[in-house]
Amino acid sequence: MIQQITVFLENKSGRLSSLCAALGEAGIDMQALTIADTADYGVVRIICAEPERAAEVLRAADYRVNITRVTAIAVDNQPGGLAKLLAKLDDMNVNIEYGYCFSYKGEKAIDVLKIRDADVAEVAIKAAGYKLLDPADL
Amino acid sequence: MRKANDMGKQHEILHMPHEQIEQIQLEGLKKTVVNVYENVPFYKNLFDEAGFDPYAVQTLADLQKAPFTTKQDLRDNYPYSMFAVPMKDVREIHMSSGTTGIATVGGYTEHDIDIWSDCFARGIEYADGGEDDICHVCYGYGLFTGGLGAHYGCMKAGCTTIPMSAGNTERQIRILREMGSTILCCTPSYAMHIADTAISMGIDPAKEFHLRAGIHGAEAFSDHFRAELERKLNYKVLDVYGLTETMGPGVAIECMEQTGLHLAEDHFIAEIIDPATGEVLPDGEWGELVITTTDREATPVIRYRTRDITRIIPGECACGRTHRRIDRLHGRTDDMLIIRGVNVFPSQIEDVMKTFPQVSSWYQIELTRQGALDAVTLKVEPEQGFDFDEISAITAVQKQIQDKLKSALSIGIKVKIVEPMSIPRSEGKAKRVIDNRF
Repeated sequence: MIQQITVFLENKSGRLSSLCAALGEAGIDMQALTIADTADYGVVRIICAEPERAAEVLRAADYRVNITRVTAIAVDNQPGGLAKLLAKLDDMNVNIEYGYCFSYKGEKAIDVLKIRDADVAEVAIKAAGYKLLDPADL
Repeated sequence: MRKANDMGKQHEILHMPHEQIEQIQLEGLKKTVVNVYENVPFYKNLFDEAGFDPYAVQTLADLQKAPFTTKQDLRDNYPYSMFAVPMKDVREIHMSSGTTGIATVGGYTEHDIDIWSDCFARGIEYADGGEDDICHVCYGYGLFTGGLGAHYGCMKAGCTTIPMSAGNTERQIRILREMGSTILCCTPSYAMHIADTAISMGIDPAKEFHLRAGIHGAEAFSDHFRAELERKLNYKVLDVYGLTETMGPGVAIECMEQTGLHLAEDHFIAEIIDPATGEVLPDGEWGELVITTTDREATPVIRYRTRDITRIIPGECACGRTHRRIDRLHGRTDDMLIIRGVNVFPSQIEDVMKTFPQVSSWYQIELTRQGALDAVTLKVEPEQGFDFDEISAITAVQKQIQDKLKSALSIGIKVKIVEPMSIPRSEGKAKRVIDNRF
């Protein structure tokens, strides 16, 4: 189970760099960052080593921060790796809200998914033979 | 300072049977209309042109025959032409925060300062306060009537008064924590700013401040805003009303029942009129508040149109005091916006917003012209608890607010969610509407 932090930002120049500077100054190391954008605002999703401290630092600087639980799953780093996982999740009627994925030269790729009813889904995913990643694994 | 026999006298006045209050009003009215007719050329002309005979006033109802006084009249008579006494008798001057053009001037004789002190001191008494209280006054001190009005009232009530004026919020917070202030006097938006700044500094004002009451006014604030203040600062908020043109804060103040603001009826006659026709409306109906001073010496006013929308609350207050109450203000006749031909009050927008816990009390309305049509954008800030992780959650709330506004106002308003703290905070009156159409 991974604690992702979500930050609300106005779609204005400089906001993203201010956010990253705030985290940098607080010594927070980010492992992943993705942005869902609309014309007016962006929702920035960040995985980092100390999500609770990061949230505190950002709230003190008046950012609106949520901590959201997401599931990180390791899949084989090869064509079809993600497709297989998603097919399995469909079979299990697992509802995916959004996701982002990354691979980097290793054997395994990491798929981060926000799943509805994650408790139940994670048990089923593990039972299907997948490895769920903890913060320590990232 | 207030002495024991003063307390008895105040109590007697506040619980006087209404027929007796009306007697006092009638005496004061008769004296005042004659006084202004004889000493203020503007009023002599006004009354003569309207055919109003100040010597023929026999009943309170005769006041309705008198013409109105408007803000423009006061501006036109800047600086001293509305004064009914020689300057040597004027102890103090205040001026209103005029947004456009010339400000209006109010004068105070010694007696006027005394009345003013008494009126605001009633607020302290309504808050069950007195010499054991430490009043923290952070309305602005200066030409604005807020600071000194509250100061005189707190002093008259026998409180220990700390004259903070507005600004230097971190110091306000330090003093609220360390000096044991029990009653806070400032604008409601500044009170919220103090609370929010304290919270962002890691201080819990509900636990670490010592407040038991707040006397807030100079701008309208919704019940929702009041509830949030009471929660954050752990105290009771009493709404205070007043305006420079008739005296300053203290024309009417809420009691602990929080069911309306008691007018100081021994000093003011309040009427509610239809702003379009000038017709006096019965108690209970919303309209424009019109004030006549009955014992003000330096700058008395007859039927002054306040442009504030309220109503007289019928019936008696549970607190037992007999001076009638006005309702919490519903906006101003000139706060009213006309958007695509529809009359809209910012308070109507607030009423809708308060039903959405996902957004905070700070908002701003921006009006622009797009081609031939008015476009309205309502900027709101997400509240700390709002789960905005999914875009669909954000657009859902935006749409819900938009739909509710459309249904309440009959016009479409675009809702824009902006970052917290990006809407300017204020130490004085909050600027809620930015009109860029003209």
